[in-house]
Amino acid sequence: MIYQGKQKIWSDYQKDIPDDHYFYVRSCIRQNLFPASEKTFLDITRNKLGKDFFETEHHTTCGGIAYHCDAIPQETSMTIIARQFALMHKYGYENYVCSCITSFGLYTETLETWREFPELEAKIRENLWKTCKLEFAKPKYLAHASDIIYKYRNLIAAQAKYKLINRHTGQPLRIVEHIGCHYGKMFPSKSVGGAEYPYVLAGMIEAWGGEVIDYPERRHCCGYGFRQYHVRSNRGYSLANTHKKFESMEPYKPDMIITNCPGCPYFLDRWQYVISEMEGKTYGENGHGIPVFTYEEVAGLVMGYNPWDLGLQMHQVGPEPVLDKIGIPYDPDAKYKGVNNKDLGRPQLPSCGCL
Amino acid sequence: MKNIVIIGGGPSGLEASAQLHKMGYNVILVEKSPVLGGHLAKWDRLFPQGISAKEVLEKMISQINGVKYFVEANVQSINLLDKSYNVILDNGITVLADAVLFTTGFELFKAQKKEEYGYGIYERVITNADLENWFRTKDDRRIIESPKRIGFVHCVGSRDEKAGNRYCSKVCCATAVKQACEIKQEFPDAQVYCFYMDLRMFGRGFEDMYLSAQKDYGVRFIRGRVSEVAENIDKELVVKAEDTLSGKPVKVTLDLLVLMSGMQNCADAVKVAAQIGVAGRENDGFFETKDSIYSLQNSTKPGVFFAGACTGPKTLPDSLHEARAAALAIHNYLIDKK
Amino acid sequence: MGKFGFTLNPSSRIDLDKVDREKFNKLVEIEPDVLKCMACGSCTASCTAGKFVKTSMRSAILALQNGKEEDAKEFLKGCLLCGKCTMVCPRAINTRHLILSILKIY
Repeated sequence: MIYQGKQKIWSDYQKDIPDDHYFYVRSCIRQNLFPASEKTFLDITRNKLGKDFFETEHHTTCGGIAYHCDAIPQETSMTIIARQFALMHKYGYENYVCSCITSFGLYTETLETWREFPELEAKIRENLWKTCKLEFAKPKYLAHASDIIYKYRNLIAAQAKYKLINRHTGQPLRIVEHIGCHYGKMFPSKSVGGAEYPYVLAGMIEAWGGEVIDYPERRHCCGYGFRQYHVRSNRGYSLANTHKKFESMEPYKPDMIITNCPGCPYFLDRWQYVISEMEGKTYGENGHGIPVFTYEEVAGLVMGYNPWDLGLQMHQVGPEPVLDKIGIPYDPDAKYKGVNNKDLGRPQLPSCGCL
Repeated sequence: MKNIVIIGGGPSGLEASAQLHKMGYNVILVEKSPVLGGHLAKWDRLFPQGISAKEVLEKMISQINGVKYFVEANVQSINLLDKSYNVILDNGITVLADAVLFTTGFELFKAQKKEEYGYGIYERVITNADLENWFRTKDDRRIIESPKRIGFVHCVGSRDEKAGNRYCSKVCCATAVKQACEIKQEFPDAQVYCFYMDLRMFGRGFEDMYLSAQKDYGVRFIRGRVSEVAENIDKELVVKAEDTLSGKPVKVTLDLLVLMSGMQNCADAVKVAAQIGVAGRENDGFFETKDSIYSLQNSTKPGVFFAGACTGPKTLPDSLHEARAAALAIHNYLIDKK
Repeated sequence: MGKFGFTLNPSSRIDLDKVDREKFNKLVEIEPDVLKCMACGSCTASCTAGKFVKTSMRSAILALQNGKEEDAKEFLKGCLLCGKCTMVCPRAINTRHLILSILKIY
């Protein structure tokens, strides 16, 4: 892999990300799957970097999961989206940032569809007024939350307590970056780095000291695929795609995986357990899985947050090997303690030793 | 004595120079690179019979004895003065030309624009021109000692609207088949794959070349455009396409991938031509000829002529025919002008 | 289906890395013309049996090249050796000899 060749492509896909003043919307599922990621995002941007990120309890789902599962028509999701944009406008913001990749994809798709079919935009405007009595507005700038952390990656590095470096060997950690399909594949120009060699997470990894691994199936879907997962008889397809990725990255011996999507870290994490049960195979060191993180979790780790405050105990594949390599201290006894030392209970250990 | 400026010292420029010189005109040939011969100087052997490019070029150069030529020279400005063109070169030479002939040829599509093929990113992806250079010099670190699996991708930057070139580059199919056989001669144990969309074997001897590639060299032709290329940990290339004849996706790991970069009009030539109101055709960028059948050597401006690939992809013999035709067209123009 | 109610779905992709070329090379030795096929489809179009059951000379050749030997045999199962495909093949492949050779080797 010739690094300069990739740099050339990255220079073709840069976007001008506004520095401040965003209307922030959460994801439907991330608070359950990775409970502290969004909280950490807001804490870093607001309290550590002093930026203005506003959120309101009135925003809802974008309808993305239902849309991609064919449960609701596009017009319905567009009307929901028009309502979110209207809320942004109502609270006096022009820059819209969402935590979810599927939302980001659906928002970009919606804005593009409105541009191509103005009559549809007019209809949605009418739907919005009929249903919510809200004034239609479009964001001046649409970002995904990983764009924001990418934008601030050097500010974060300046405040970092740790680097993504193996303290035993002094070598950078070998990191797989996995980009959600809905980030740049539909509209590469709306992404940082394009769809072939996305730079949004690679830029964070470089800024924080790690080394990016390019493996053959790096562009491949994590396997979620919505209908492939949500219908149980289809789940074998979801699993097969995840399996394909792990088989492809295995020779590179990655230390960890960083993702920027709600579904990807979940499936890359959980399916490792299922593959180990079905196939008896694990992909990390010593019969362990490869730990999977969200980019907010990694930002939090390098900035010195307590791993258990970042919700890392919710991962199927335990994060401890990565914490040990970086040299991040943690209290093993506190792993399953919640707020005020409340016992969260312990998961049953799967036979694969993923935990 | 009438002055004729010929811009571009490739095969068309050399042949037209030789012909016009014999007719008794004062020819000034301008070439931007340090050597004459254009792409031909960089090529090893020529389809369909594998004739040496060097020998053909030497023959051409031997024919231009007495022609004034300048290498490493560019046209700095060109403008119409009454009935002749005032051509100023960047080496200080100025010529009042009675006719100007563009033999500016083509430039190869920049293969790195097809991001998904990884030229300039993966170490073992090369172009048709790179391979031709390797045939001549045997010097290219991207080609490993004994490649076992080699692929050719047809239509790279041709028949591709997204790459900006909708047209067929005409010679790449024949070049790919030629190079596939030649590399098989170099590495008899290798399995060679050609990924094509249509095989355009239009010329005399071309179909025989294709048949021989199949039968004598066992080249496997897969009908489907390569969709993406990736590099594995051993720096081998993992190539994906559809085998459209069976309707199934296909994957193969290769030691070398050759991209058949297509032709496009030369950007420098377009800038020069623009100064005298000569432009490329909107849908392909190659220079617009006076018509599409009868006056292919004439531009839309009097006294400005074309030969070779500057008006669209051409084989070498096509370009030579055009050079001779252009010489005649210029001769007729100058007679009528008297 | 195991305890999860689903299994790892197999891929239908052709993996040329896994094609065992030994038998095919043997076939080329006894009938080199197998390499001459250019997939024009006139054999399949003219096939008497092919109008009733999936029978296709060109698909069988392709399947062999892709390492799908069972598929190839399936494509030839309905063949009556009537010889119409030999008559129409523009590359003059002796399809009768080819079919018999395939059956001999595979």
